[in-house]
Amino acid sequence: MTTDTWLPDVAAPPRTLLDVVDVSRRFGDVAALDSVSLTIAENEFFALLGPSGCGKTTLLRSIAGFEQPDSGAILLGGEDLLGMPPNRRPVNLMFQSYALFPHMTVERNIAYGLEREGLPGVQVRRRVGEVLETVGLPELAKRRPKQLSGGQRQRVALARAIVKRPRLLLLDEPLSALDRKVRGDMQLELKRLQHEVGITFVVVTHDQDEAISMADRIAVMAQGRVQQIATPLDLYRRPANLFVADFIGTSNVLGGRLEGGSFHSDELGALPTAGATGPAGPAHLVVRPEHVRLLPEPDGAVRGEVVDVQFKGGSSHVVVGVAGLARPFLVSVSGETTVRRGQPVSLDWSTAVVVADELV
Amino acid sequence: MAETRSGPGWLWLPLLLCGAFLYVPIAVLVAMSFNDGGSAYSWDGFSLRWYGELAGDERLRSALATSLGVAAGATVVATVLGTLLAVGLARHNRSKLLEAGAMAPAILPDLLLAIGLLGFYYAIDFPKSALTVLVAHAAFGTAFVVAVVRARLAGMDLSEEEASRDLGAGAVTTFFRITVPAIAPAIVAGALLVFTLSLDEFVIAYFTAGPTTQTLPIAIYSMVRAGITPEINALATVLVVVSIAVVVFAARTVRTTEDS
Repeated sequence: MTTDTWLPDVAAPPRTLLDVVDVSRRFGDVAALDSVSLTIAENEFFALLGPSGCGKTTLLRSIAGFEQPDSGAILLGGEDLLGMPPNRRPVNLMFQSYALFPHMTVERNIAYGLEREGLPGVQVRRRVGEVLETVGLPELAKRRPKQLSGGQRQRVALARAIVKRPRLLLLDEPLSALDRKVRGDMQLELKRLQHEVGITFVVVTHDQDEAISMADRIAVMAQGRVQQIATPLDLYRRPANLFVADFIGTSNVLGGRLEGGSFHSDELGALPTAGATGPAGPAHLVVRPEHVRLLPEPDGAVRGEVVDVQFKGGSSHVVVGVAGLARPFLVSVSGETTVRRGQPVSLDWSTAVVVADELV
Repeated sequence: MAETRSGPGWLWLPLLLCGAFLYVPIAVLVAMSFNDGGSAYSWDGFSLRWYGELAGDERLRSALATSLGVAAGATVVATVLGTLLAVGLARHNRSKLLEAGAMAPAILPDLLLAIGLLGFYYAIDFPKSALTVLVAHAAFGTAFVVAVVRARLAGMDLSEEEASRDLGAGAVTTFFRITVPAIAPAIVAGALLVFTLSLDEFVIAYFTAGPTTQTLPIAIYSMVRAGITPEINALATVLVVVSIAVVVFAARTVRTTEDS
């Protein structure tokens, strides 16, 4: 089959929408943003992930126009954003507190942004009606924010932001005010909406599950710096440093040195490291729980004793105490397991990552 | 919901005493306004005659008109200035000194303010009249409005204003469409406070009024010097009724603004 004649669009590289170039912002002695650079493509679902105080919200607010960076540039489709006041930027922000106007009904809240553009009333009403359909709340148009549940308020805030058809939608911790059950539904809902309206989303979150399940790409931040930008799968499989490895998913971490392509643990000596690369020197070995094999015979790389077995539904977690290690080894086994507490076992793995010590 | 709890039975006694302490003087005053006799102390039978005399008293009527005019003017000036000052302090100021300075006239002794203003009017050679009283009342009234509105702004979610900017509104539109509705109850409360404070303010008015200007408190003061007549009781009763009406109206306005 000759394919290359009718597939050029798919193969075309994604167009860059947002360019953050070397942006820094200090608050007194604290560097909230320290030379942050990243690019976000058209129609991407991008997440800024990190613990509180890592600078992710400052970056978001700088894009929206509520913080002025000390240096650097922020370009949207090649156009400089920093010279524009927030009300002129073709960007909308969904606030963490939703910031709905309490003295206006749902439809007045949503119409507010369109009226500021000077659209005629007929068009405003039509677009408000359409967006209420999109977020599934047409029957609540006349209610006031106080009379809505948390999930409904969130949808109204989202509707108010997307009705302006911004080129970029910023969402500040969009799901943090919702309870656990609603949160899962809203994750799916946000992804569906993003595809439907075709707007580029940038989500700020401290919740790695949220970022991993929603985003196309994630920038992990710590102490004002970008640690790594990658797809969720890459972050999990190839973390750039110990911080990313620890922040994304669960892992067993061993301290030691990398020498001549093999890893020597401080406590356990030489350990299996399939394809470990990197400069010789201090390093950490990261082994994911589901990559560890549990062997009944004492011929694995590490020997230990089962401390606890936890059934988790689809999988079981086996906690193995290893002599010399402060933290027990966590092993994930699919389905049930036959090992019992107190049973001697040995551990082995074929997949592991060696990462550098420090943050970027 | 208020939880009703029954405490020790004797607690109604101090409550009753407190109530009596607060309201018996006012009740006596109201009762004596219906006294037929000329004494303010001994009862001679029911009559509305002092209300008639009050209605016919040219001097008190004009004093009341002056006071209402001064109070209304001072309220408008103080409410506008105080609200703008409070917003400025809340949004664009980090100096504690400036903040304290804006509220100081509310705390300073009236006498100080009165003497200061008197000296000021002399210094700029401004003839004293009802207008000078209005300006003086607006000055301390502004401080009260700042205090009330500032407290409300402190409790307001700043991101509502940011959301308005984000949705394309400029600073002025944001102020009138978002900020003012959010602090409206405080603006109403501040305005009422200034109005009632100005209406019965004596010291500053006495110092800053022109020689022929008589506000209601000044008129009453000069009448009382000649002895209390039931006519003053009748006037006081009218003022009590008006005050209660204003407070009830204000409470209802504030409640409806907050519900809506």
